[in-house]
Amino acid sequence: MKKENTAFRYLINLVAIIILMVVFVVLSFHSNNTLKLKVAPAVWQCCYLIIMAASLNLVLGYLGQLSLGHCGFMAVGAYTSALISLALQRAGFYTEKNSIQFAITLIISIVAAAVVAALIGVIVGIPALRLKGDYLAIITLGFGMIIVNLINNIPFCGQQGLAEGAASSALYANGLGFTNDEKQSFMWVGVLIVVLCMTTMVMFVRSKFGRVIRAIRDNEIATSATGNDISYYKILTFVFSAFFAGIAGALYSCANVSLATTSFAFTNGSILNSVFIVVTVVVGGMGSMTGSVIAAIGMFLLNYTIKNGSWVNALPEFLKNVFTYPMLVYSIALVIVILFRPKGIMGDKELSLFDIPGYPKRIASYFKNKKAAKEV
Amino acid sequence: MSTFMQFITTGLRLGSVYALIALGYTMVYGIIKLINFAHGDFIMVGGYTLFFTIPAFMKLGLPGWAAVFIAIIVCAVVGMLVELLAYRPVRKRGNNLTSLITAIAMSFILENLAQAIPAIGPDPRVPYMLFNNDIKIGSFSISVATLITIVVSAIIMIGLYQFTQKTKIGRAMRCVSEDKQAAVLMGINVNKVIIITFAIGAGLAAVAALMYIAQYPKVTTTMGATLGIYAFVSAVLGGIGSLPGAMLGGIIIGIVQSGTSTYISSSMADTFVYLILIVVLMVKPAGILGKNIGEKV
Repeated sequence: MKKENTAFRYLINLVAIIILMVVFVVLSFHSNNTLKLKVAPAVWQCCYLIIMAASLNLVLGYLGQLSLGHCGFMAVGAYTSALISLALQRAGFYTEKNSIQFAITLIISIVAAAVVAALIGVIVGIPALRLKGDYLAIITLGFGMIIVNLINNIPFCGQQGLAEGAASSALYANGLGFTNDEKQSFMWVGVLIVVLCMTTMVMFVRSKFGRVIRAIRDNEIATSATGNDISYYKILTFVFSAFFAGIAGALYSCANVSLATTSFAFTNGSILNSVFIVVTVVVGGMGSMTGSVIAAIGMFLLNYTIKNGSWVNALPEFLKNVFTYPMLVYSIALVIVILFRPKGIMGDKELSLFDIPGYPKRIASYFKNKKAAKEV
Repeated sequence: MSTFMQFITTGLRLGSVYALIALGYTMVYGIIKLINFAHGDFIMVGGYTLFFTIPAFMKLGLPGWAAVFIAIIVCAVVGMLVELLAYRPVRKRGNNLTSLITAIAMSFILENLAQAIPAIGPDPRVPYMLFNNDIKIGSFSISVATLITIVVSAIIMIGLYQFTQKTKIGRAMRCVSEDKQAAVLMGINVNKVIIITFAIGAGLAAVAALMYIAQYPKVTTTMGATLGIYAFVSAVLGGIGSLPGAMLGGIIIGIVQSGTSTYISSSMADTFVYLILIVVLMVKPAGILGKNIGEKV
């Protein structure tokens, strides 16, 4: 790789991001029913799935620690942002969503969601210092469960929320919750947040911190022997990851008017749960940010076509039954991916726009090598 | 006083069921270092087998509980199939994490396949009630199901412990879990030992299913998920890989759960269960009875 390419690479990425943003801004102000009813909700769902997968990738792929309670942070973020925006709405700070006041509310809620989730991340990060592997996995699972269980039992997190709330039920009032119209007109905001988050995470991974974290994954003892404070970096990663999960939670409460804790559980029937996020990261490739993005979008589309696609109705009765349970299709897809590409779709490589023209050649040589290896 | 006794018996009964399931988790983990997420779903398989076989046994004039032997066989076969078809090929190619993901996938496959099969269906089923009478000792009454659950689990645990200590295959199991390479050198057929472990673990899940439906007569396709997580937490709490640890962990989790439900609030039970787990692991990272193996540089 030549050095003079770097500036060019950045330029390409910048242009791609600008094109992406322009497309979404245009789409946001284009009036169209399909766009409003189908595309906009799907884009919002993709937005938080992408941030969730990428933020878990920091812990799972780069730090090499399995966390099974990542949705707990998301729940914290979702509830924080929903309640803060609700409080501002009840206080009469904003009435319409097309106002400067709402923009300020949105920013305050997202930042608050991220900060509160990060604080919880500190608490979860501390056991990570003492425990490893499966034990850490089970502790994070425990934390996720506790967070969900506590939210269920806090009176102001249920029903109408705040002073009018009651424990043990979903939160029906939410200051952020967008209607379909608003989802479309704010679509570009969601995409912008994803772009900002992804850029920050990629920069983090490429920085000095990112290198140390990867070193910890590869060999903890050697890393500490070279004078790095392992505890600091481990907690830092947990906090950083929780921070973005909080932002994803804020996006979730934008996309959903009512919040229920079951959406953030360890497992459930839908595609948002801690296990599903882990699965997304592994399928995309641990240690590949672009892999996480591709996997999040791919998994979402798979789910979407199974649930809404007309081709499912054309299938024979038994197969139709199978497709009523998208998790079954996922798990089979998952086993296939694991069997043929144990490191996930992308492995630990990144997809770079600059390299795309060279891909057909590389794929051809890959198969050639494989064939040659077989013949030998 | 009677509230207290009620809480203790409920705790012991729940704990015994968790312990039975936890034994399966712990044995598999001990041998292949894999959290077998599909283990919870073996209970579901056992539950549905019992749902279909108990009425058939009653019709033939046999005691209903004898259906558990059929359930044990079915579960053991399912357990062995899961190992043969999914875990073994993945173990050869991937690392620990890919095996774990496969386990999660197998759990989803079993759950959703059960939902997709019309005869089993997504709706909960109500199995035949077994052991539904009470024994009175003075003013205190205890249900037969509770008594049987506690006694049977205790017998199975002791039996299993003796099995791993005294028999040839049990010794082979301990050997494989200690050092796989050395086991191969000693002429132990590692794959055979792993398969047998899966069969025993899944068989125990079938017994646990019988105990569970005797108390809560409802079979659903997702019953294994919650039970499985509690049992897994028990296994970790007691020290994963250790059989007495699984017993101890199961009983602690059961008592904590029933204690919180009785004295504080049933909706807070989860918080206390996981809080105990976190506190214990912070103090003893390998669990109560687990061995802490230092890392070699």
